[in-house]
Amino acid sequence: MNLLLPVLKIIPLLGALLAAPLIPGLINKVKAAFAGRRGPPVLQLYFDLFKLIQRGAVFSRTTTSILSAGPLLSLVSAGFVLLFIPWGPLPAPLAFEGDLVLVVALLGLGRFMTVISALDTGSSFEAMGASREVQFAALTEPSLLLILLALARMGNSLSLSTIFTALPPDQFVACGPAILLVGIGLTIALLVENCRIPFDDPNTHLELTMIHEVMVLDHTGPDLALILYGASLKLWIMALLLANLFTAWAAQAGVLPASVLILVALGLVAGLIGTIESITARLRLVKIPQLLIGAGACGILALFLLSR
Amino acid sequence: MTPDTILAVFFCSLAFFVFGGIAALILSRFNTFASFWGAGVAMGGSLIGLCAVSAGFAVGHPFQSVLRIPLGGFCTLHFGFDPLSLFFAGITLLLGFVTPLYGLGYLRAHDDGKPAGPHWFCFNGLLAGMLLVFLARDAVGFLIAWELMALTSLGLVLYNHEDRRVRQAGWLYLVASHMGAAALLLFFLMLAHDRGGFAFSAFMAHRPTGFAAHANLLFLLAVLGFGTKAGFMPLHVWLPEAHPAAPSHVSALMSAVMIKTGIYGLLRALEWIGPWNPAWGWALIFIGLSSGLLGALFALANDDIKRLLAYSSIDNIGILTLGIGIGVLGVTYHIPLMAAAGFAGALLHLLNHALFKGLLFLSAGAVYQAAGTRQISRLGGLFKTMPRTALCFLVGAVAICALPPLNGCVGEFLIYWGAFKGYLSNPTAPIAPLLIAVIAGLALIGGLAVATFAKTFGIVFLGEPRAPLAHAPRDPGLLLIIPMLILVVACFSVALFAQRVVSGLSPVLTQIAAGGGAAPETILPLNALFRPLTLLATVFALILAAGLALYLVRRRLLKNRPVAAGVTWDCGYAKPTSRMQYTPASFAQPLLDPFTPLLNRRIFSRIPRALFPKSSTLSTGSSDLFQTKFFIPLVRSLNRSMNLFRWLQTGRVQIYVLYIVIALIGVILWSFH
Repeated sequence: MNLLLPVLKIIPLLGALLAAPLIPGLINKVKAAFAGRRGPPVLQLYFDLFKLIQRGAVFSRTTTSILSAGPLLSLVSAGFVLLFIPWGPLPAPLAFEGDLVLVVALLGLGRFMTVISALDTGSSFEAMGASREVQFAALTEPSLLLILLALARMGNSLSLSTIFTALPPDQFVACGPAILLVGIGLTIALLVENCRIPFDDPNTHLELTMIHEVMVLDHTGPDLALILYGASLKLWIMALLLANLFTAWAAQAGVLPASVLILVALGLVAGLIGTIESITARLRLVKIPQLLIGAGACGILALFLLSR
Repeated sequence: MTPDTILAVFFCSLAFFVFGGIAALILSRFNTFASFWGAGVAMGGSLIGLCAVSAGFAVGHPFQSVLRIPLGGFCTLHFGFDPLSLFFAGITLLLGFVTPLYGLGYLRAHDDGKPAGPHWFCFNGLLAGMLLVFLARDAVGFLIAWELMALTSLGLVLYNHEDRRVRQAGWLYLVASHMGAAALLLFFLMLAHDRGGFAFSAFMAHRPTGFAAHANLLFLLAVLGFGTKAGFMPLHVWLPEAHPAAPSHVSALMSAVMIKTGIYGLLRALEWIGPWNPAWGWALIFIGLSSGLLGALFALANDDIKRLLAYSSIDNIGILTLGIGIGVLGVTYHIPLMAAAGFAGALLHLLNHALFKGLLFLSAGAVYQAAGTRQISRLGGLFKTMPRTALCFLVGAVAICALPPLNGCVGEFLIYWGAFKGYLSNPTAPIAPLLIAVIAGLALIGGLAVATFAKTFGIVFLGEPRAPLAHAPRDPGLLLIIPMLILVVACFSVALFAQRVVSGLSPVLTQIAAGGGAAPETILPLNALFRPLTLLATVFALILAAGLALYLVRRRLLKNRPVAAGVTWDCGYAKPTSRMQYTPASFAQPLLDPFTPLLNRRIFSRIPRALFPKSSTLSTGSSDLFQTKFFIPLVRSLNRSMNLFRWLQTGRVQIYVLYIVIALIGVILWSFH
């Protein structure tokens, strides 16, 4: 078992690297079903990535090497976050006391690089998206850390790998309300981090509410592939956190049953995102900070419930 | 080396600064020689001092070395060092080694026939003053060194004294540093009165075991006096004026090291006052949060690149004060892990801030020199013309935003870690809500820093030039680039060897924590920090490697493919012009809007009216809230109240003679009393 464990720990990581582009496909299927369309195939993102990788590139004469460093480092940072996310009872390949703070910092690195590579084009349109991105990030980060603090409190640990397994099944119900609140907060963080409705629209960049899509307008070919792939990894990371949270009661049941549960939960998260995108409209920009602060409030409320 | 030898080496380096500086003043007539000489002795003295610092850290066991210099019957000056002063002296001398080289190139490029001698005299004097502050072992020597530091740095700030605004900044700086010094004088007098002597050894020998009499008052005076130097938020007003006014290598030295003497003093004061009151931890955390948040907001709102960096120094002082506050709470509430992480984070952040803020000021100075303006809104596209400066600034920006894989992340990680540990150790304790506020506040400060430096780097170095410049900008010469590169390397090394740095700092940390009344046998559990720090460094190294690998893959992919160049597509604008670019003010506007009253923002606009509108304008500006709303009215009303006494000054000699007679009679009467 001791020899097997490192190998086992790698499997979810490889799975994530391979299967991450499936989640956007699933979301699109759900959205299509709501709209009564057939929708693009589930594997569409794979086709897109494959196509983009084979393309050449067009660069604006305004840009510098920062333009291509952005997608590169944001993919790298997402990849490194993945190293710290456990798979149910299976600890992550890397884990230490305090890795949840590093995860937030890594996500921040990806964001910073995306923002400056948007500013590299000298376009006011992309700079507008960048400006909004840093605004929302400044509000998301405190909320995300408060949610992680609540998680740390639940598992009495600063490592993501032990948080989800530390909760005994009999306490899961007692902590129910707090878990629900943390789940809501995490969902909000997921939606804003991955630029989904109601914060942003992944389908278009042509409305003034667009944030992420507008920042990557001038990226082409392999760079765009890196961006799309990195974005799908980020979505997988947040979805996996949610899945881990809600399947924590089964953590003691063994790796295989837990894995099945997590896969189902990942599917459900994709369904949830698709449903939210289908039945809600985008928020007005001025309302977005309120919702982000609301996510932080969920974290504080969960802490309060846990400390009673 | 024995501690006494090390102290002698320190004095050797001091002699370099003092005599070298005086010689530079004498040699003023030979301008070029004086500047080479002045910079040379500053670097040589710093190098010798650095040897002493490394020898001091190598001693390994607790030590105290004290040298007594009697000044006649009047008093005796004491000098010596311990781990705390070694740490601060080390950072000072590192920057003291790097910045003169830059200053040499910087002042030569600005050559306007100004004598270099006085500048280098003040520069060496500032280094000597700072080193003496750390070596002083009695209140008299400390205050003399403190004053030397204040006056020489004033001389440096006033380098461009023809400019009225520079003179104003210098005046404000002079007043502020003496207000602080007044509080310190009171602090030391009270302490000396209680402990029966001015020597630090007397302060320590008669340290109360219980809660000291007027300990709270002493703490307040220390915060006022040392906080003025460090730039705690309402006391910071001199800082954003003085730093931009000085030449860039001086701004770097002041921001990276000189304001840290305030932190040094505060840590010393905590050592002297005696067992800590938990309320001080609360107070430090409130100071840290307000300085951090407001400093970050003011930085984001600013358009002058050096002013922005000065405000960001206030924000970083706030972050490290948070670390000290967490450490104090950890000691007073007996949570060793929290104390260890808080103090270690604070010291590491202090070191990191010296490195990356020095780097940022130096590269901002290179931009100012090349472009002739400090206004961010007039710059743009400098990456293509000044790639080396741009990359140096980028390293500094990523570091100051506390992002991996650079050193800023490590220090803030430890502060977060301490707050998390403290919270988990007892989530129902009264400090729990405070720790939640620390975590959320640190994250918000980080988010604002990301916005600030994305704005600064993105607008200054990327895009297209926004306004015509006096001459074509290009990278500065080697004299300016080498100091920046040294700091870049230092930033990366602290990130990659963070665990070694923290374990090397363990004597300093133990000394600080022992001042809080923690029993000597409770050693700080620094070992608990080592595994996270090692893994952090591993991840940083892996990120660099993975980034490089992916870069090679991408280059391979594009090798035989068509790569075209065009205008920025931007959804099909056929002819974008540089004036269509986003401005720094618009970039920051969404984040600043909710804080408009706090930032004292004013919006000047001429809205287009009528059917055929004429030209319209819109501009925003913000001024320092505390300066305009608090200090200026305060000083005005003080002036007005002084008017009440003007009738005393008639200008007639007879009246003044009468005053003297009245005073004499008063004194005689009082002596009979």
